[in-house]
Amino acid sequence: MKISKSVLGAAAVASASALVLVGCSSNGSETDTSAAADGGSTGDAIIKTNGSEPQNPLIPVATNETGGGKIIDALFAGLVYYDATGAAHNEVAESIETEDSQTFTVKLKDGWTFTDGTPVQAHNFVDAWNWGADLANSETALNSYFFEQIDGFSWDESVPEMSGLEVIDDLTFTITLSAPNAEFPLSLGYSAFYPLPDSFFEDPDAFGAAPVGNGIYTLADAGDWQHDVQIDLSINDSYAGEREVQNDGLQIIFYASQDAAYADLLANNVDVIDGIPDSAMASYESDLGDRAVNQPAAIFQSFTIPQELEHFSGEEGKLRRAAISMAINREEITDVIFQGTRTPASDFTSPVIDGWSDSLAGAEVLEYNPEEAAKLWAEADEISAWDGTFEIGYNSDGGHQTWVEAVTNSIKNTLGIEATGNAYATFADFRTDITNRTIGTAFRTGWQADYPSLENFLGPIYYTGAGSNDGDYSSEAFDTLIDEGRTSLDPAEAAAKFQEAQEVLFVDLPAIPLWYSNVTGGYAETVDNVQFDWHSVPLFYEITKK
Amino acid sequence: MLMYVVRRLLQAVPVVIGTTFLIYFMVFAMPGDPILAMFGDKTPNQATYDALAAQYHLDQPFLVQYGLYMKDLFSGNLGTTFSGQSVGEVLARTFPVTLKLAAMAIALEFSLAVVLGLFAGLRKGKLFDNVTLVIGLVMLSVPIFVLGFLAQYFVAIKWGWASPTVGSDTSISNMWLPAVVLALSLFTTSMRLMRGTVIDTRSRDFVRTAYAKGLPGRRVIPVHVLRNSLIPVVTNSAANFGVLMVGATVTEGIFNVPGVGNTLYQAIIRGEGPTVVSFVTVMVLAYVVINILVDLLYAVLDPRIRYA
Repeated sequence: MKISKSVLGAAAVASASALVLVGCSSNGSETDTSAAADGGSTGDAIIKTNGSEPQNPLIPVATNETGGGKIIDALFAGLVYYDATGAAHNEVAESIETEDSQTFTVKLKDGWTFTDGTPVQAHNFVDAWNWGADLANSETALNSYFFEQIDGFSWDESVPEMSGLEVIDDLTFTITLSAPNAEFPLSLGYSAFYPLPDSFFEDPDAFGAAPVGNGIYTLADAGDWQHDVQIDLSINDSYAGEREVQNDGLQIIFYASQDAAYADLLANNVDVIDGIPDSAMASYESDLGDRAVNQPAAIFQSFTIPQELEHFSGEEGKLRRAAISMAINREEITDVIFQGTRTPASDFTSPVIDGWSDSLAGAEVLEYNPEEAAKLWAEADEISAWDGTFEIGYNSDGGHQTWVEAVTNSIKNTLGIEATGNAYATFADFRTDITNRTIGTAFRTGWQADYPSLENFLGPIYYTGAGSNDGDYSSEAFDTLIDEGRTSLDPAEAAAKFQEAQEVLFVDLPAIPLWYSNVTGGYAETVDNVQFDWHSVPLFYEITKK
Repeated sequence: MLMYVVRRLLQAVPVVIGTTFLIYFMVFAMPGDPILAMFGDKTPNQATYDALAAQYHLDQPFLVQYGLYMKDLFSGNLGTTFSGQSVGEVLARTFPVTLKLAAMAIALEFSLAVVLGLFAGLRKGKLFDNVTLVIGLVMLSVPIFVLGFLAQYFVAIKWGWASPTVGSDTSISNMWLPAVVLALSLFTTSMRLMRGTVIDTRSRDFVRTAYAKGLPGRRVIPVHVLRNSLIPVVTNSAANFGVLMVGATVTEGIFNVPGVGNTLYQAIIRGEGPTVVSFVTVMVLAYVVINILVDLLYAVLDPRIRYA
């Protein structure tokens, strides 16, 4: 999961998702790869973009927020990479094969090297993953939960070498999972799975300040990283992948606010930004014309009603949850409050994920239907009369107040009950009450994908006992369908199972889906060929400077 | 004189200890768990949580945390940020930037206040006096973020006279716009003080005597009136300087200045106790030192004041 300040700011965040299930084990690239090799790092077509100072050392498995994530993704190349549509293509991997979705054989391409000249071999992956998964390193390896599925992983004791990873030869290794998961290869493009050179293990602290990678860009000198100011990345001449670089380097400028970045964009001082400040929401499309970007992102917004909340359990709870969902006018709120920068939700995932559907059975509960809502609420009142106020908890440091007020007003007017927002001063305060289960009201929730997968929007949040199941939802039918999808070898069948699982959610409504966040951004007159990928980051290597 | 400076510095010791304790307590008492905040909407595994809590001593009671921090502080170790940088390095990087911006802003503010205040005082009740009063009141009452955004939009983006943000180039030519904004938001009080003192000084006996001696206005005004009117303006500007040293958080945010205010704001949001306390400690010291310097400056301006 990448914590994004802008998403915290404009919406919310957490983790993972999916686009295209094809292509993982196919050798997706026939393009000539030499373009990067002879592109010298001397040119002056440097792409300037916005970012923020990394909050953790620049080690792939230590980076769990977008400031560092943007840099890490430029510096490293993994087994697979995701293209603009979210489809996974092999990068360092020659092939990833499995017969049972539990043991995967990974063959690497020959000829990859790190920028220190050492080759990228099987042990560079296995050692990096073992280090990241080892409990002894957990104070640095914030993303160690990505290795949870690998056989031998433990949260209770230090395991220096997981039994599920085995090096066969220099270019081959096997991964054994503790349970089958057909979607596992999709996650291998996430930064936690990047390889690390041998020099990392000698001094991880030094590596975090001056990382050595195998990606498209490289940090040529530790001095190119001016803390709290900017980081200058040059072209990596030894990059051996198929993505062709169209510029001479990348400069990521750290901005304290989106407003400052936007001001620089208007003055052509920065080329591409991936966030529009609230103050410019109404005007950015006219300011930028066709250089404005507004497209759906892999971010799902909702509010969760805890299972144990009074009046929201059992049959009464189902009626009340459906009534509340139908009492919210999503179209109007996304139009008026968000000026079209949110898309009303029609399921529990995101439209950028392959397998997404806006016509699942039961999805009509997401449509505004005041008569039906009032009727269901009255039926629930017959089971047990409603008293009190319906509250939605939110953190007031993230720009949530306006929509929370709109949603609670919509509920109040439709159902004729008291409904208000319950503001927490800070995100930290808010999360503490949720984690300790002391919140005692409904609360806003958001989820951002790490890798393009339907399952990633469902399993981590609604599976019984899952890490981010903050509402303590538990459904046997849902769990079974998720398990079936995970073990399925056929991507189409898996997607069908995950859709069926969502139909269970539409009945139980552990969380009320609201909308999908869009990525808003823009680029200056100075550049061309700007494309935002499935997880809302521009594909920097494609950008050309005029 | 030396004794006076030493005594003033010794008085600063309890101030610093008291401030660090208070600030540390306030950061400690801030609602919310900084470790949970590091993980966004995702709850960290208990093992990861425990390891991080131990690393930052967050699992210890308040007094133990404070004791460990003070121990490190006196051995010259200001702690590390969550991203692993030493707080000392962060301070060394951000303070010069803020110092430079503050110095530029105060130099401007002081010049504006003295020049405008002097002429307004000399032309009491005339058009110039009234115009400066209105302009000053407008600048004083407009919130600084409005002033900042307007200046950024018109001066930098529309007219292209300056860079909209500062970023890595902290040279004077790149930082003049935020300095002007700060100066404009601050100069009114000093200017009005200057005006009042000039009016008062002009009616004093020694000024009348100077004129009676036949001295021309061009000598009386600068030597007798101006110099004797500077004391309250110097005090006020020095106090403003102290305020700016603490970081002009809003202005630094608008213009993306990599200074103290910006960094401190981020640290508070993340609940990084050691960073916040170290910054504040250094600020308190800076404030104390500036005030001692101002007191010494009085003696230069007014020979009647002596420090023994």
